[in-house]
Amino acid sequence: MFGQPTSPRFRAALAGTLSAGLVLGLAACGDSDSDSSSGTDASAAAIDCAPYTKFGDIKGKTVTIYTGIVTPEDTPHIESYKPFEACTGATIKYEGDKSFETQVLVRARAGNPPDLAIVPQPGLVKQLVSTGKAVAAPQEVSDNVDKFWDKAWKAYTTIDGKFYGAPLGASVKSLVWYSPSEFKDSGYTVPTTLDELKALSDKMVADGKKPWCAGISSGDATGWPLTDWMEDFMLRTAGPEEYDKWVNHEIPFNSAEPTAALDAVGAYLKNDKYVNGGLGDVKSIATTTFQDAGLPILDGTCSLHRQASFYAANFPKGTKVAEDGDIFAFYLPGKDATTKPVLGAGEFVVAFADRPEVKAFQTYLSSDVWANTKAKLSSGWVSANKGLDQANLTNPIDKLAGGILLDPKATFRFDGSDMMPAAVGSDAFWKQTTAWITGQDTPTTLNNIEKAWPK
Amino acid sequence: MFNTASTTPEKILQMLAALLLFAAVMGLILFIAGRFGGKRGDRIVAYLYLLPVVLMLGIGLVYPGLRTIYQSFFDAAGKAFIGFDNYGTIFSDADQLTVLRNTVFWVVVTPFVATAIGLVYAILVDKSRFESFAKTLIFLPMSISFVAAGVIWKFVYEYRPDQGNVKQIGLINQLIVWLGGKPVQLLIESPLNTFLLIVVMIWVQAGFAMTILSAAIKAIPDDIIEAARLDGVNAWQMFRKITLPSVQPTVVVVLTTIGIATLKVFDIVRTMTGGNFGTSVVANEFYRQTFNADNQGLGAALATLLFVLVIPIVWYNIRSLRQSEAR
Amino acid sequence: MSTTTPVTTTPPLVAEKPSAAKVAKKRLSSPWASLAAIVLAVLWTLPTFGLLVSSFRPERAIKTTGWWTFFSNPTLTMDNYKGVFGGDGGVNLANFFINSLIICIPSVLIPLSLAALAAYAFAWINFPGKNILFLMVFALQIVPLQVTLIPLLEIYVNIKITGTFWTLWLSHATFALPLAIYLLHNFMREIPAGLIEAARVDGAGHVSIFFKVMLPLLTPALAAFGIFQFLWVWNDLLVALVFAGGGDEVAPITLQLANLSGTRGTAWQLLSAGAFVSIIVPVTVFLLLQRFFVRGLLAGSVKG
Repeated sequence: MFGQPTSPRFRAALAGTLSAGLVLGLAACGDSDSDSSSGTDASAAAIDCAPYTKFGDIKGKTVTIYTGIVTPEDTPHIESYKPFEACTGATIKYEGDKSFETQVLVRARAGNPPDLAIVPQPGLVKQLVSTGKAVAAPQEVSDNVDKFWDKAWKAYTTIDGKFYGAPLGASVKSLVWYSPSEFKDSGYTVPTTLDELKALSDKMVADGKKPWCAGISSGDATGWPLTDWMEDFMLRTAGPEEYDKWVNHEIPFNSAEPTAALDAVGAYLKNDKYVNGGLGDVKSIATTTFQDAGLPILDGTCSLHRQASFYAANFPKGTKVAEDGDIFAFYLPGKDATTKPVLGAGEFVVAFADRPEVKAFQTYLSSDVWANTKAKLSSGWVSANKGLDQANLTNPIDKLAGGILLDPKATFRFDGSDMMPAAVGSDAFWKQTTAWITGQDTPTTLNNIEKAWPK
Repeated sequence: MFNTASTTPEKILQMLAALLLFAAVMGLILFIAGRFGGKRGDRIVAYLYLLPVVLMLGIGLVYPGLRTIYQSFFDAAGKAFIGFDNYGTIFSDADQLTVLRNTVFWVVVTPFVATAIGLVYAILVDKSRFESFAKTLIFLPMSISFVAAGVIWKFVYEYRPDQGNVKQIGLINQLIVWLGGKPVQLLIESPLNTFLLIVVMIWVQAGFAMTILSAAIKAIPDDIIEAARLDGVNAWQMFRKITLPSVQPTVVVVLTTIGIATLKVFDIVRTMTGGNFGTSVVANEFYRQTFNADNQGLGAALATLLFVLVIPIVWYNIRSLRQSEAR
Repeated sequence: MSTTTPVTTTPPLVAEKPSAAKVAKKRLSSPWASLAAIVLAVLWTLPTFGLLVSSFRPERAIKTTGWWTFFSNPTLTMDNYKGVFGGDGGVNLANFFINSLIICIPSVLIPLSLAALAAYAFAWINFPGKNILFLMVFALQIVPLQVTLIPLLEIYVNIKITGTFWTLWLSHATFALPLAIYLLHNFMREIPAGLIEAARVDGAGHVSIFFKVMLPLLTPALAAFGIFQFLWVWNDLLVALVFAGGGDEVAPITLQLANLSGTRGTAWQLLSAGAFVSIIVPVTVFLLLQRFFVRGLLAGSVKG
């Protein structure tokens, strides 16, 4: 009778979760059984212990870390902590829990937080800080972030002038999945502008296809893929500056730019010539789970599917995810070939204790050493850490995502719904766009979201 | 003893210690109670019997309940007092009428259908050769976690288009297609979708009704049945004149319990539609505001609304309690 | 099964007249009744059966075709079950199994005993404020578990028992009480007053009436409630997560199973297999406690 609290935000949260653990298995040619922990020997690689000696003797101390990352993606995380444990003699206690996002708030409010939490949304970091239980990041971490990350990342978790959470991983959401072989056979080319994308879609329609497939069903987080669509188009039709104003509510949610962006999405998703390949009509978008939504590409009933890099983990075992494989992704093009806005997400490490061993471990997690150790251990994981050596990214989709993230010409923007207040970002925005796809018009939808914005 | 036990023997020891401690407390209560007799002693015995329960409920449920009511008068962050504004929000929202209507559907349909099915089934299989097996089948849905139940019903309600060689993976749509119809997007059609979700709840709760009512049926004295038998009553008369009156108080109990459980249920709605397409209920809104939207005040107000909605059920029980006293 | 009542608990009176039971069975097992029972059973089992079939099908087949396709085109795999038993992570399921049992046993026994005492007081002792108190206890069923989490956790933090089994035993016991008292009260009221009065005339106190008269008669009710309390505790994830902190030392098996679906909830082929692994224990408990659903314990007494 009392059900399980599958976290409300969780699935949406995809947000930050990058570690799409199965990808290696999918991508590695023919080797369908290898799991994400392959290459365990890397963890034995000795690291420079000097940065951690200044925290004193922390041998035998324990640091608890609480995350929403569960099996099988947790293994490379746990493995990546080993060099630190070897250096300092401290123990890291990892706790993965699918309902992390509600539980961490409950625990923090009740005064029983973990030492560290891996938080996938800046909005949630803000909520945690407002409980008064979070502590600011130590100087060493702040220095590392200044050194290895674009300053935009630091701003996401700087609250009232205090910096709380170092970024950990990142993901790219501006991707369109497609079948390389279909493109080759039908003579399609990867579009480089929004107009070309439209032209490509029309060409596919002319070839008798329903080009796009989409699905937004995700339990109580139903609707989140639509918020990603709208953010991606807001970035492209209005530009990054307007995007920032929109996210920070400096322009109303129902003003001209967001309206244009949502209508631009509608030109694809509410167009019954374009959707819903292999899945039904426009309305079927509302009931198709996001996990299933891209699968019709494999059956040849759909050609294009806009979804983040972590979607790679969704293809059944044995699917080859590569430029010359069964399925791959291209960058959702900008308005023209010169602009390159990238919608992405990431996760942040927030501390609730400032004991030396906790600080030492935070420092390790914010370093380039950790990023490279982690990259070697896992697949389906990338980071925007500038110290990350691209050579350590092994599978094609990670290389693609890593390349986009670290491209100096790209303009990165964080998933807006993760930064908006919870009442919008994980409630009204989802609910209203879901109503929109089942028939509600654009002005009503945006007015309703605007009304939900906390005063 | 109050530390975290980490090895299996330690855990077992801790459990035994807890059970012993509990037995000691119970023993003490019974020992003291045993020393009182007579009318005045009765009172003391009753209070002793109720003492641990009242303590635990006071701390574990009454205090949080009162705190929730108190919080319902505060804003989202729980800091500023805003009077009845949260309640105003609930009743001014356009969607709220749908939510209330759905809640009424749930509470009216689920308890009666689930109880009726449980009762009929319990009677039908009572004393049959396969009773135990047959009851297990109905009981099974109860023992499945909600996460798995979500997957189970996905295989029933899922929609796939009538397109090329796409195959149905939902049972109902497959049946429709086999019968020559077109597949339907079952979970979008309102208010049909609400009833489809209610079916899931009935599927789960019938096992509860069946088990409790079966225990009640077993308690009907054999000699009553035999007497009726000798009078030559048929199966229907048996049901109307003997079984039903005998288990009637239990039927009230089962109806009430399922009714309250239905008021509180949100998992089914949350995992299957997320409350979209006009399927939300009060409990789901409560959960959404508390955990998704982080609006503590409004969440508390919705929980308080649940407390209010239970009043008719309490009133119904007062009546049947009075009736049974009068008997 | 229930037609063979255990000799130990059955008053000799019943054993002497098996005819009543026999007649009843004969009358009730008309073909229509049997048909109705079978239809209900099939309807109820079909969805679960679909999941069972699915748990043996390969991931790709589950996602593209209906489970009934299995019968025309059987493809069988044990991969999903291997996945549940830690094919890749080497998860120690046994450890979580033990945790679940350790959590369940006291969480069933404690509220059951406390509720039996309280229900007795409500049913058979007169004291001021009885009805109002009873209605309050019963109405507490409506308090959603979610609103109790933070206040209770604050208390556990203060008395420093977070992360231990104690928090779970106390919480589960508390949450079970309103329903347990309500159910048991109903069954106690059904016991003929004559029995209690006779015992009182014989000079028995409330303690001995409770043990000698009530408990034996209440067996089916206690078994029924015991089954459900066990089930709820066994399937609980919320209480375990919040109060025990989810660490491996105390985490129940449900946590492991919930995490099976993967970080993004895509692996429901594993979920379907996991569901059947976790269902074994509650169903076993149900079957075991069935033997306490004994007919005829009240035989020979005058109702009323």
